[in-house]
Amino acid sequence: MAHKQVKVIVTAGYGTNCERETAHVCREAGAEKVDIVHLSELVYGEKRLDDYHLLCLPGGFLDGDHLGAAKAGAHRFRYAKVKGREERLLDQIINLIEKGGLIIGICNGFQLLVKLGLLPGFNGNYTQRLTSLTYNDSGRFEDRWVKLRINQASPCVFTRGLKEMFLPIRHGEGKFVVKDDEVLKRLKAQNQIVCQYIHPVTGEPTTEYPFNPNGSILGIAGICDETGRIFGLMPHPEAYNHPTNHPRWRREEIKDPLGTVLFKNAINYIRENLL
Amino acid sequence: MLARIEVALKPELKDALGEKLARRMREDLSLSVEACRTVRIYLVEANISREDLLAFASGPLCDPVTEIYSVEKPLAPRFGFDWLIQVGFRPGVTDNEGKVAKEALELLLGRSLATDENVYSLTQYLIKGNLTQEDAERIARELLANVLIERFWVVSEKDFNPEKGLIITPPKVTETHEIKVEFFDLSRLSDDELLKLSKERLLALNLREMKTIKEFFTSNKDFLSLRQKYGLDHRITDVELESLAQTWSEHCKHKIFNARITYTDKVSGKTEVIDSLFKTYIRRSTEEIRKAKGERDFCLSVFVDNAGVIKLNDKWNVAMKVETHNSPSALDPYGGALTGIVGVNRDPFGTGKGALLVFNTDVFCFAPPDWDRPLPPRLLHPKRIFEGVREGVEHGGNKSGIPTVNGSIVFDPRYLGKPLVYCGTGGIMPAEVCGEPSWKKGARPGDLVVMVGGRIGKDGIHGATFSSEELHEGSPATAVQIGDPITQKKMFDFLLKARDECLYTSITDNGAGGLSSSVGEMARESGGAELDLEKAPLKYHGLQPWEILVSESQERMTVAVPPEHIDRFLELAQKMDVEATVLGKFTDSGFFHILYQGKTVGLLPLEFLHEGVPQLELEAVWVPPRLEEPVLAEPEDCGGILKELLSSYNICSKEYVVRQYDHEVQGGSVIKPLTGVKDDGPSDAAVLRPELKENDGLVVAHGICPKYSDIDTYWMVANAIDEAIRNAVCVGADIEHMAGLDNFCWCDPIQSEKTPDGHYKLAQLVRANQALYDFTTAYGVPCISGKDSMKNDYLASGLGLAPENNPFGVGVVLPDGSLKISVPPTLLFSVLARIPDVNRAMTLDAKKPGELVYILGLTRDELGGSEYFRLKGFVGKNMPKVKASSAYDRYLRLRDAIYYGLISAAHDCSDGGLAVALAEMAFSGEVGMVVDLTALPYEGEKRPDYILFSESASRIVVTVPRERQKDFEKLFSGTVYALIGETVAEPVLICRDEKGKAVIEENIFELKKAWQAPLNW
Repeated sequence: MAHKQVKVIVTAGYGTNCERETAHVCREAGAEKVDIVHLSELVYGEKRLDDYHLLCLPGGFLDGDHLGAAKAGAHRFRYAKVKGREERLLDQIINLIEKGGLIIGICNGFQLLVKLGLLPGFNGNYTQRLTSLTYNDSGRFEDRWVKLRINQASPCVFTRGLKEMFLPIRHGEGKFVVKDDEVLKRLKAQNQIVCQYIHPVTGEPTTEYPFNPNGSILGIAGICDETGRIFGLMPHPEAYNHPTNHPRWRREEIKDPLGTVLFKNAINYIRENLL
Repeated sequence: MLARIEVALKPELKDALGEKLARRMREDLSLSVEACRTVRIYLVEANISREDLLAFASGPLCDPVTEIYSVEKPLAPRFGFDWLIQVGFRPGVTDNEGKVAKEALELLLGRSLATDENVYSLTQYLIKGNLTQEDAERIARELLANVLIERFWVVSEKDFNPEKGLIITPPKVTETHEIKVEFFDLSRLSDDELLKLSKERLLALNLREMKTIKEFFTSNKDFLSLRQKYGLDHRITDVELESLAQTWSEHCKHKIFNARITYTDKVSGKTEVIDSLFKTYIRRSTEEIRKAKGERDFCLSVFVDNAGVIKLNDKWNVAMKVETHNSPSALDPYGGALTGIVGVNRDPFGTGKGALLVFNTDVFCFAPPDWDRPLPPRLLHPKRIFEGVREGVEHGGNKSGIPTVNGSIVFDPRYLGKPLVYCGTGGIMPAEVCGEPSWKKGARPGDLVVMVGGRIGKDGIHGATFSSEELHEGSPATAVQIGDPITQKKMFDFLLKARDECLYTSITDNGAGGLSSSVGEMARESGGAELDLEKAPLKYHGLQPWEILVSESQERMTVAVPPEHIDRFLELAQKMDVEATVLGKFTDSGFFHILYQGKTVGLLPLEFLHEGVPQLELEAVWVPPRLEEPVLAEPEDCGGILKELLSSYNICSKEYVVRQYDHEVQGGSVIKPLTGVKDDGPSDAAVLRPELKENDGLVVAHGICPKYSDIDTYWMVANAIDEAIRNAVCVGADIEHMAGLDNFCWCDPIQSEKTPDGHYKLAQLVRANQALYDFTTAYGVPCISGKDSMKNDYLASGLGLAPENNPFGVGVVLPDGSLKISVPPTLLFSVLARIPDVNRAMTLDAKKPGELVYILGLTRDELGGSEYFRLKGFVGKNMPKVKASSAYDRYLRLRDAIYYGLISAAHDCSDGGLAVALAEMAFSGEVGMVVDLTALPYEGEKRPDYILFSESASRIVVTVPRERQKDFEKLFSGTVYALIGETVAEPVLICRDEKGKAVIEENIFELKKAWQAPLNW
């Protein structure tokens, strides 16, 4: 039944580089239609963001992150207009949200979400910048796997039923910061803190390096908006799409769920609510 | 108008970059620095309103949550400082941040900036500490800025104007020369004058080559009359001369590898003539292996394209290339290495119809980073080189979205003069593209010459031969190039789309030699080309036609587009924000025809261009060096030696570097560079799934052991090949589906005043090639691609040194008192192999207590060149000799053992021998090991230190679950192997000698600590 298709768009171009594996996990997770769409196709009006149920903003280095992670990228979404129209790419995103669609931003995609103000999205205001992601305390880009605790009270539709995850981070600017304490309080109160880096021994959120690889406040690795339909995280679920991605698959019986599960949850949600 | 915008992290936030630099000022420069903070500066030279300027600053440039900004008024006083150092690029140097800022401004304004409008980026460092002006300048010169490409300003707090800040002029290229074509009448030049011309124009052509050109331009009547038709005469143009020099360069024509060499072996007394090392040893080996493989031959394209191509399976082919970027990395480690990695990316991308890039590799050779002797003139400190190169490859690889899966770092003092930076890239392509084999390409007459990607500037003209003295304010810095991975990524995204729409017939990269090389090479496919230099898009005005032709500006590919596809091709390019320009067309005229402003400025017959270079004739004489085995007392404590070895730079953990490279983007990583209980043990090789839907895997590994070159390069090469293959089979590679890549980095082997030992160095090269033939054929591993870099020497003349008194402690003093540092002859042998099912891949870490420990292969008293001897200050003589036929048999059986699930871990014995291999397996798996050395198959003087630290080739340690013992022993029966111990729960490594005495008894966590300490920066 063609009209019952779950439709996923994965953006690409201008330095994005995780589009292939992100599209792969969406297909593995059961989406019927998964399109990798270059930003230029959006600008030329050949494709529209709001024609899809799930928007994936994958990892990479939008415009080289030269002005700071995803800053020039966010500027592009805010100013680039669809050819021959007054509509901006950001307008299509807002429209997708209003239609009940889902968004996941991974790594550079998460940086893009906070720099556009789509997160934290208090009171449904999706253009207010209250949080950011800045340079790791180590001053370095790092590639390492981290343990995450998932907040089961969170409204996030992607993480339903998950308690813990083990995923790789690969970033130089992943330290989560907030504008002020009020913002943090509200994030906590509304359970918008979706995942936190935890210490492998205590199992508790940590600021200890390297378990918290970047110095994020409260070990925050990912947050969602108030509806739980917009989710951003620094770790890369799409890079754990096969058991052999796990760094210890050769020596241990692996119990950590694949990153693909996040996408399955999203697709289930779409089937139940949007089709 | 010129405006300045400043942006900084809010004072209450940690400035991680500043803190990192402050630490290096303290640790590397020994200065008392308390703190350092950074401010980013944007100079905006554009006709915009104050309102737009503020919107620009507060929008894309400043993050309201983390940053503050200021327009015109400096931020520095808000932070406080004792010294302010500002660093910015010289005119013409690639400024990626400035470029992105400019694009952001254009989006904001809704218009393109005019040619005289631009945005430039700079950085300010605010330093607190008790420093003198001299100290501050040292920080600028030795840590923050590279004067070859950057300018810096040092201002004390007291001299700083807190209202106006530091006012500077933007780094604009202002040079305006008259554009002209020069003509040279070679027929009137004497030999001396020919050489002078070659030298003055940095052509690097020798007398015989200059005379060959002179001869061709004076005596070839048909050619001369044709020239007249195009308005030229017997005089050669600068465009032609430069094009010939570029095409005939060592870099492009591999003149030494193709030379006719008279080789005398003083040991056997035999003399032979070798007509091309490349043809005799490298190409012939591959031809013979392919023939022997018959229907199972997996090679598709070898030695002819930008990368070698093999078949992975029926659906996919794999292309791989490894390059070096040594001289540029010596001058500017960051830019040189960055350009090295993004440059080699274009090789597999420009192979066949184009490949999707799926992995990078990098191997570096540096002098020890704790160098504390004086530095010879012009050389950078090895730690600065290390950090610059590491960061260059980090930015180049990570930003391109290609995982860096395999590499190593080798240390030797002789790399002080020239670091070696090897960068490799592999890519996959579908077996067929547009109904044709993907590895084939061919421009046809009538196809258009289209240049895609970046614009042309004076970057890299004549490589890195210009010195800093020749640069002046306003002149574009040509010495070093800085790559831009994002521009390249955009170009690749576009070209892959164009490939799949069948819009072009051929593609190649613009690297060394620029358009001259790319168009000149592709012209061979169709039989000629016509190139109009005036159409080439330039970064700035003032380039001479010959400069446009040979410029090495980065991020450019040349493609052949049939006229019927050109509209769609250009439309797609424009849409995807990629510059593409038609520069001419391919023909079948037999000529490389170059035009400028409607006039012919070059007309070169392709045959002369490509085949006209005269063959070099060289002499090589092999006299083995006189070496002896050291007399060493038998040590009391082998455990202590093991710890020292683990803490040596060549053996210690390289996690510091590996972690900063993205090694799993693209989601296909199977065996990562780091593995084990704590994800930090040293993997032997990489395994990845290039196509995520399938279980077919690629194995990538390498071998490099220049330490043996001081004894005999024949065995150096044998060991490098064996090491590469050994590493690959340890993770489960199929040796029957494995290809190699040879990268030679040599010192100048041509006898001259500056190279009095040229005959010996060339003999080292001959022997290396002989071994390459012998061992690739013995293992059936064909080379599919390779490269040589033949002038890795440093020469400082006029130092007036006395031969017996070399204050630098490295290199040799020549009779004229100059200092020469030559790298040890170095071969990097990389391998690319298939593993049919990634679920079978193997790792090195011991898995659990109670398993059996075996060694495969014979250990001999072969410590010449070993890390153990080096530790004791000796080279020795008895180096490891590779016995290929037994090793090959062992590697086949190991493959079967891995695929049948008979073993639980495998690790090769290399640097540091058995003891280091056992230690690494134990601490990576956090499992102890108890080993009985008497059980070990051994030949030679039976001393525990020799047995433990010998580096005999082709040996592998494996662990076997007890329930698999029978099957395992059956599989290896008839080969040299032995059960030497078992794994235990207690975290110890114990090795007992024949009396049962523990010659090593160490806690494995202590061993690990020793191994991790040296590069734990």
